[in-house]
Amino acid sequence: MSTAIGTEAPTFTLPDTDGAEHGVGGNELTPATLVVFTCNHCPYALAWHDRIVAVAEDYPDVKVLAVSSNDAERYPRDSFDAMRDRVAGDGGWPMPYLYDESQEVARAYDAKTTPDCFVIDSDGRVAYRGAPDADHQDPSLNAAWLRDALDAVLAGEEPAQAETEPVGCSIKWKQ
Amino acid sequence: MTQPRVELLYWDGCPSHPQALEELRAAMAELGLAPDQVLVREVDTEQGADRERFVGSPTIRIDGADVQDPGDEPTALTCRVYHRRDGRVSPVPDPADVRDAIRNAMTTRSHQ
Repeated sequence: MSTAIGTEAPTFTLPDTDGAEHGVGGNELTPATLVVFTCNHCPYALAWHDRIVAVAEDYPDVKVLAVSSNDAERYPRDSFDAMRDRVAGDGGWPMPYLYDESQEVARAYDAKTTPDCFVIDSDGRVAYRGAPDADHQDPSLNAAWLRDALDAVLAGEEPAQAETEPVGCSIKWKQ
Repeated sequence: MTQPRVELLYWDGCPSHPQALEELRAAMAELGLAPDQVLVREVDTEQGADRERFVGSPTIRIDGADVQDPGDEPTALTCRVYHRRDGRVSPVPDPADVRDAIRNAMTTRSHQ
């Protein structure tokens, strides 16, 4: 598997906090998919979270999937129970929050950080990979890199900027 | 008055410590302290985190007092969650909190 721009995105299915299955692949026709590796405990993921939520709300045609892959044993704030509590405490999210307990999906995508964002086009190919925008500390940036990539993919074009450096906490791999 | 002991503890798995160190040094310079006197120490094992009572990176202590009370946070090799004065979540402390912590330490020392 590879996550190089233009290559086929790894397919997967994972449970969300309600137990429903979601994923990438299959016969579903989706104009664009956004996979965001994120978590509960990382300040970068938390700082960008509202911007990711806004993207999910502003792009109803885009399938947005939040995925948590961290080792919950060493980082209990990223446990499945903690994920459920967070979504419930927020009154629900506009996207499913998926638990990648085996970390296979994070490995397949070669996810580096939380957050790490992948935009997938209607042909199932990776069109963008990286950060939501240039600064986790500046909400006014409004996930501009992500929105530009989604706008391009929805228009049937390639994003002008297909790759940026993901910034955040490292994925916490099982030891 | 001697300069307060200023420490920055970090874990290299979190990318926030260069920004924290830069902002800490700027605060020290602003308050008339020598910015190169920061004691910078890496915490790189879970045992070390326990020993240092390190709840995340970066941790800044002025005369042993954390610039933001960690409360009952468990020790861990992780990025630390701070809250800025405007309520935003941040991987580094609010520079105003850092300045206040340094000022408090300087005031305490001036009364000793």
